[in-house]
Amino acid sequence: MFAYIVRRLGIIVVTLFGSSFILYNLAALSGDPLEGLRTSQDPNVKQQIIALTRQLQLDLPPPIRYFYWLKGILGGLVGDINFGMTRTGQPVIDQIALAVPTTLRLVSAATVLAIVFGISIGIITALRQYSRFDYAMTFVSFLLFSLPIFWVAVLLKEYLAIQFNDFLGEPTITPQWIFFASVFSGIFWAAIISGSRARVFAIFGIAGTSTAALLSYLSATKWFANPGFGPIVLFGLAVGIAFGVTYISTGLGNSAALKSALAMAVITLILYYPNQWLFGVSNKKLVYLLMIIALFVVSGLVPMLFSKIDRGPIIRTSILSAFLMGFLTVVDKLMQTWKPYMETDAVYFRPVPTIGQVNPLLEPGNFWINFLDILVHLFLPTTALLLISFAGYVRFSRGTLLEVLSQDYIRTARAKGLTERTVIMRHAFRNTMIPLTTIMVVDVMSVIGGAIITERIFGWIGMGTLFNQAIGSFDLNLLMGVFLLTGFLGVSANLVADLLYSTLDPRVRSGAGKK
Amino acid sequence: MIFKRKQKVVENLAEANENAIFNKETEGLSQGQIVFRRFIRHKAAMISVFVLFSLIMIVFTSSGIKIGPFSISGWWPYKFDQLLDLRKEGCPPEIVGCPTLDMMPSIIDGTSMGLGVHPFGQDDIGHDYFAMVMRGAQRSILVMLVIGFLGGSIGIVVGSISGYFRGWVDALLMRLTDFVITIPTIVIGSVVGYHFGNLGVGFLAFYLGIFAWTGLSRLVRGEFLKLREMEFVDAARVAGASNRRIIFKHILPNAVGIIIVSITLLMSGAILLETALSYLGFGVVAPDVSLGSLISQFQDSFTIRPWLFWWPGLFIITIALSINFIGDGLRDAFDPRQRRRLSKKDKAASRDQAKIAAASN
Repeated sequence: MFAYIVRRLGIIVVTLFGSSFILYNLAALSGDPLEGLRTSQDPNVKQQIIALTRQLQLDLPPPIRYFYWLKGILGGLVGDINFGMTRTGQPVIDQIALAVPTTLRLVSAATVLAIVFGISIGIITALRQYSRFDYAMTFVSFLLFSLPIFWVAVLLKEYLAIQFNDFLGEPTITPQWIFFASVFSGIFWAAIISGSRARVFAIFGIAGTSTAALLSYLSATKWFANPGFGPIVLFGLAVGIAFGVTYISTGLGNSAALKSALAMAVITLILYYPNQWLFGVSNKKLVYLLMIIALFVVSGLVPMLFSKIDRGPIIRTSILSAFLMGFLTVVDKLMQTWKPYMETDAVYFRPVPTIGQVNPLLEPGNFWINFLDILVHLFLPTTALLLISFAGYVRFSRGTLLEVLSQDYIRTARAKGLTERTVIMRHAFRNTMIPLTTIMVVDVMSVIGGAIITERIFGWIGMGTLFNQAIGSFDLNLLMGVFLLTGFLGVSANLVADLLYSTLDPRVRSGAGKK
Repeated sequence: MIFKRKQKVVENLAEANENAIFNKETEGLSQGQIVFRRFIRHKAAMISVFVLFSLIMIVFTSSGIKIGPFSISGWWPYKFDQLLDLRKEGCPPEIVGCPTLDMMPSIIDGTSMGLGVHPFGQDDIGHDYFAMVMRGAQRSILVMLVIGFLGGSIGIVVGSISGYFRGWVDALLMRLTDFVITIPTIVIGSVVGYHFGNLGVGFLAFYLGIFAWTGLSRLVRGEFLKLREMEFVDAARVAGASNRRIIFKHILPNAVGIIIVSITLLMSGAILLETALSYLGFGVVAPDVSLGSLISQFQDSFTIRPWLFWWPGLFIITIALSINFIGDGLRDAFDPRQRRRLSKKDKAASRDQAKIAAASN
């Protein structure tokens, strides 16, 4: 295994060397960096040309310049790495260091959400193969495959930002919208749960009316102007989570698991007011860290009270539920921050921004308001990226699960008399995840590619912006710096994917099998 | 219990009958015919073929084609770069150059259906937008076809050579593929587009095509590695066939399904790549237009003149969507495990037959 990794790392180095050489020469030979200056009317243009030629070593042919650049990079071996200077004389590495966190922030939320939603929908469509829901989702995912992201982004800006802001100014939902939303939710749930005709109609009716009732209530109480759960609703949701997580994780038959998940819900309720107080204390970082640790310790220990045997799945259930409930508590806190956030001068009742990564007018200092500000700015770009990469996960997880479900070991599991839940979650789903992990890792690369456009549309300053700037101003050092980072990410993503694949699937022996 | 067992017998017989239906359908047909039949039965794919074909016909006949010295003038009276007076009549107040396309028959809204003078409206300075969108779609489709053709042929050649010969040839070609894969497509596209975009759309498509083959070549290589170990290849080799003959006559036809499918995917990706590059300003540059550059140019006029934004977007989606569906139909058609879903009538018939057979036993 070790030898295999070393060999692969060697290949990565060779690959990056080769592709950076190709890119450097391609970029250098395809145009003239002095073009802007040559046509300039500036009287001292001659000096500028000479200075720039010396600074960028333009008197040398590109392949030789490449090796000068490479020398700077290889300095990293002795601890003195040098990415060179940009045209404006700033070190490339500083620019990149500023840009990387922005891009990461942009990419990570979208990737996580795309994975969660994509896989869930993909699994449902596979379990309901050839149903109307399956056909509808197939169409939707093909549609998403065909959408240009910049086009979607403009639509999102118009409908999710501008018109949503208008709505928030006067947060009442019109009867037409309530009607459409109820019909949609009825159809959605009926299609997912499905069953006999009478059952489908019953589900449609229940889902539709409850959506209509909920929306009318929220609209009548102007909930959107001042949202929040409050302890009672939060407890209700937590109980829902307890049942849902237990159902998926161990099945409701496991009473110890259900009890400990419900205990988590009760703890969430008891801690509601202490949590509100803790969210407000001054030494935030330490307190929040302690809260997260406490969450895991408590949820890990409580199941011990309910069961003496087979604790693994029960602890898993409990930790998962506690995590989700903690998440809800944070969401509730953020919702309470919503009204003060809207009322700040910087926002003034137009919360969803169409551009930028933070609101520059907002005063720093209030942790929750600034946190909400970051989230609100992430909203549109994340949605755009999510829509694009979601479809791939739906299609892939659907295909893989169908493939797995037709295997002999699934037939064996069913023949043993296992419940359908166990067959799907334990035997089929786990095997579906193996090829999916490799796709996830490789997909990060294409999301970074998508971020180049997204950053441009939403005015973020990340890797994509640097890259655009580098090409536009013919800044070779900057271009190569950006490329080296993304290229390295790409090839190492491939390596990680292969390693994961061989660790997760004992049938695949990387290294041993290949040579 | 007995009832259950009988139920099982009926089910088994019904399955056998269904198999018989499939076998009867494919009796005496060549592989190509079977695939073709499966394909034309795929409704979504057939609709997409129709839509794509009509769209291409409209796009290329309306603004005319010019290849070197030959040029055929189109049936649309305006050119995409022709300045016209902005039309005011029929538009809402304060707005000029609105679209005149009327899809409603006269029974509904009182005016008869028709294209009108400027079906897609006019842009802010008076160009006819229908002509612009047609021109843009023409450029985008052209880029897509060239990328599909170039990327496809290079990918097939590289993939089949490295998969067939293995050894150092394979190692060399695959390292080359890795080099190109590492550079994100959009990076290559931008570098190429920025510096060659102004040479015309043909150059852009050519350079993009040169770099678009990597995914396909890996796929073809994998297919070749698998197929070259099959008995029919040994048989051909023993019969004295040359390498070239084995590659092109024996292995390639067996890999054609996977190749065609991934070329369609390559093409639908290509049209999105081209539009994205043009949007960034690295693709097709002014005065020429493409669907992406039109969106980029008019994205700010969404609130006042939404049609400038909607039409090119709808064209991109229609083209990419129909190619995706055609690819899906082809994948189903080439997949040997794929079976047509029996219609309810066939299923009922096979069940009835099975019941009669079970009863008579």
